[in-house]
Amino acid sequence: MAITGIMLMLFVLGHMLGNLQIFISADQINHYAETLQGLGNALWLIRGSLLVILLAHLGAALQVTRLNRAARPVPYQHALDYQTTTFASRTMMFTGLIIVAFVIYHILHFTVVTDANLAGIKGTHDDLNVYGMIVAGFSNTIVSLVYIVANILLGVHLTHGAKSLFQTLNLRTSENANCLENFSKGFGVLVILGNCSIPVAVLMGILS
Amino acid sequence: MNMNITLHVWRQKGPDAPGRMEIIQADDISPDMSFLEMLDLVNERLEAIDIESIAFDHDCREGICGMCSLVVNGIAHGPESATTVCQLHMRSFKDGDAVYIEPWRARAFPVIRDLIVDREAFERIQQAGGYVSINCGGSPDANAILVPKPEADTAMDAASCIGCGACVASCPNGSAMLFVAAKIGQFAHLPQGQPERFRRARRMVEQMETEGFGACTNHFECEASCPKEVPIKFISEMNRDFIKAVLKGE
Ligand code: FES
Repeated sequence: MAITGIMLMLFVLGHMLGNLQIFISADQINHYAETLQGLGNALWLIRGSLLVILLAHLGAALQVTRLNRAARPVPYQHALDYQTTTFASRTMMFTGLIIVAFVIYHILHFTVVTDANLAGIKGTHDDLNVYGMIVAGFSNTIVSLVYIVANILLGVHLTHGAKSLFQTLNLRTSENANCLENFSKGFGVLVILGNCSIPVAVLMGILS
Repeated sequence: MNMNITLHVWRQKGPDAPGRMEIIQADDISPDMSFLEMLDLVNERLEAIDIESIAFDHDCREGICGMCSLVVNGIAHGPESATTVCQLHMRSFKDGDAVYIEPWRARAFPVIRDLIVDREAFERIQQAGGYVSINCGGSPDANAILVPKPEADTAMDAASCIGCGACVASCPNGSAMLFVAAKIGQFAHLPQGQPERFRRARRMVEQMETEGFGACTNHFECEASCPKEVPIKFISEMNRDFIKAVLKGE
């Protein structure tokens, strides 16, 4: 889980940094999109690998959840009084499944472009208008809200994910535990702020 | 001043009998009593009126054997940190408190009666590899094998595990990884543990899985509830040794 988790985290980070180029200029993000499209077969290779990594991560999560459910058939009558678990750590499966559903929606929305309006704006292969698509897409408040909520959950998921992977990979010590804790929270917050800034900017009219 | 406590105790006649929480009044309890002494007193009073006493595990009553095993108000070994329930005192509670007492709950720890669970799963994990093989003979010189102090200390941290099972009881996943990791870690840091190191990790982890314990998802509850404060880093060390064992085919 940790290995696939790191890969997905790096992807989330890269994806976010790429998209934040929208704040530089419309040309910048359109050019970025054209570069990605220009990768041709390599792009499909990356997409394929991401899918495999995501499925591996999901598969491992489902297996662990099944095992853990079975490990305590008779529940405590007085609920366990947790000392160290966090909201994030207890809701990993829930946030994870919502993120998967969101990813499917997101791909249909901006990659496959099932919405005829957006498809009209998209432009041709080497003259993409991704900027226009993003602005038009996020002008719909409901759509923006879906993105914002999903990205908040993604950030929550990542706070526990980041913290966990240091522990799993034997990089956590009692000396650096606090530092890693802050890093994990910071990473989650960074992803929330970075990703939500785009729909928020569109709704506020900063990007138009 | 003595206090009156309302106990909610899990009663279960046998492994296959259905269990339920029963309310038992514990009146006139001295704050200086240990938690188990309080239960002794309650049992004496129950027997005096011909009611079956509450069965619970205990032995040394000084926090070193790992027999006592009660979940008190949702916390394994009760509210004090780094304290076994036999070392817990009634002064940790207030007059009029409701106190819930339950057994360790895990598929691999079936209830035998009331608050006593069968922890043989731990024995079987130990038998799978929790030992070192050495040549017998005359006693060796004390310092024939030098061990760096930090390594000896780390091994001792792991060896302080008393095998009570609080890690399993407090884990949301019912995972035994802290126990198994401690039993592997106490040898992995010493020269005597090296020859069988990877085989040991693999066998013990596999036995742990066979017993039906859950898997670690890093909630860190085990470390918080461990009466001996065994650090969770032994779990990542165990994972590392297990992976190496698989890669080496040991
Ligand atoms: S009875 Fe021995 S540790 Fe509690």
